[in-house]
Amino acid sequence: MGSAHTTPITLAVNGEPHTVTIDNRTSLLDLLRERLGLTGTKKGCDHGQCGACTVLIGGRRANACLALAVTCDGAEVTTVEGLVGPGDADLHPLQAAFIRHDAFQCGYCTPGQLCSAVGMLTEPGPSAVTDDLMASPPLTPGEIRERMSGNLCRCGAYVNIVRAISAVAEAPAQ
Amino acid sequence: MKAFSYARASDTRAAVGEYHPGTAYLGGGTNLVDLMRLGVLAPDRVVDVTRATSDSIENSPDGGLLIGAAVRNSDLATSRAVRQRYPLLARAVLDGASGQIRNMATVGGNLLQRTRCPYFQDVSMPCNKRLPGSGCQARAPGADTENLAILGHSAACVATNPSDMAVALTALGARVRVTGPDGERSVPMPGLHRLPGGSPQRDTSLEPGELITAVELPPPLPGRSAYRKVRGRASFAFALVSVAAVLRTGPDGTVSDCKLALGGVAHAPWRCHSAERTVVTLPATRDSFIRATDEELRQARPLPGNEYKVTLARNLIVGVLGELAR
Repeated sequence: MGSAHTTPITLAVNGEPHTVTIDNRTSLLDLLRERLGLTGTKKGCDHGQCGACTVLIGGRRANACLALAVTCDGAEVTTVEGLVGPGDADLHPLQAAFIRHDAFQCGYCTPGQLCSAVGMLTEPGPSAVTDDLMASPPLTPGEIRERMSGNLCRCGAYVNIVRAISAVAEAPAQ
Repeated sequence: MKAFSYARASDTRAAVGEYHPGTAYLGGGTNLVDLMRLGVLAPDRVVDVTRATSDSIENSPDGGLLIGAAVRNSDLATSRAVRQRYPLLARAVLDGASGQIRNMATVGGNLLQRTRCPYFQDVSMPCNKRLPGSGCQARAPGADTENLAILGHSAACVATNPSDMAVALTALGARVRVTGPDGERSVPMPGLHRLPGGSPQRDTSLEPGELITAVELPPPLPGRSAYRKVRGRASFAFALVSVAAVLRTGPDGTVSDCKLALGGVAHAPWRCHSAERTVVTLPATRDSFIRATDEELRQARPLPGNEYKVTLARNLIVGVLGELAR
């Protein structure tokens, strides 16, 4: 009976392949934190309401608490640990911008904010606050707030989070 | 969470073949996984159907669109065809949830998401939907009824359907294609969802094992359309009341066609047949819209604590129709 409730899966996390046998109940979040030792991704509400657990699955931002790890067999997952470049000091532009703009206080929501912002900057098209539905509008502060509404910050660092993301969104593409 | 076995179905037939009582089909998981964690649902088998149905949006021969059940909500909302020809649908989807959840959630799963009634989600409370015959805590004195129904509810259940997309699909006259052990059929919206009556444990008219495979959109209706949602905060919240409206006026300034559906007010998306019938042929004026809306909302039976929804629905419909008539 035991093996009916477990499944071997292989997934790539930050480019590194892992093969693990997991209890089918395991969330991607718990797999990352408890089995793979990647504790950068945070558990906030565990209900998909706070965004602290945001990671990229196949390049798209998602709540790792709501993803069963067993559904991620074959997936490519990027966590906050994977945002840095090859050198430890080689921060992602968003990480550097968060520091420069003082975009956090306690820092607990920050990994989720960062992964969410990385995913958000690649998402095309309008949002709920865009007037022209056919447009891919410039990322004004209002657009950023709407697009980041899945990430809560109990310290209320929103003003500087928006500034940090704006700075990267406006920077010319490399 | 109760232990369960897991299978990933590669096609629709395999998915339906995997079904037995106690099985849950899994789409994006944004609602099912949460309900399993809360103990509200405890399937002994989970069948991942995200690869079992189409994840593409295609033109259909009649000039409509065929949307695969595995299409992610974010892909639906950013589809050029949907934005261009069914802006009402794109708006409704963009108004729902967060960027992360729209990336995960599928069209099929969105339609089958469960109510956010606080008593359904709390296993320590009686709930006829979760445990038939246990009672309805939302009927108890002092209950939190803010998000609950004002239309079509029963003594057994006052829950509301939380989907924004379903409200838009109802106004657009979409059909939902399903495959089950007995073959394929298609269900017109809002007929997928049912009113609670004496069996609130059933959200939909689907039979055990039936799987949503696609949504069929008819050719776009002529006229102007809008989706307007009122919620407790500016983003990432369920509707208190929402309205999907399509309005067409003739050269003489009278209403020649109107489709209206409400969200957040009933156990199913609420198609406003009475208001539609009343307003067609009337001048497209505020007075006509008020008359039609009042005709619809005469049926409203608010609960203690959610009387505000009747006023809100009235103002919302009248306001949106007024803007569409300009």
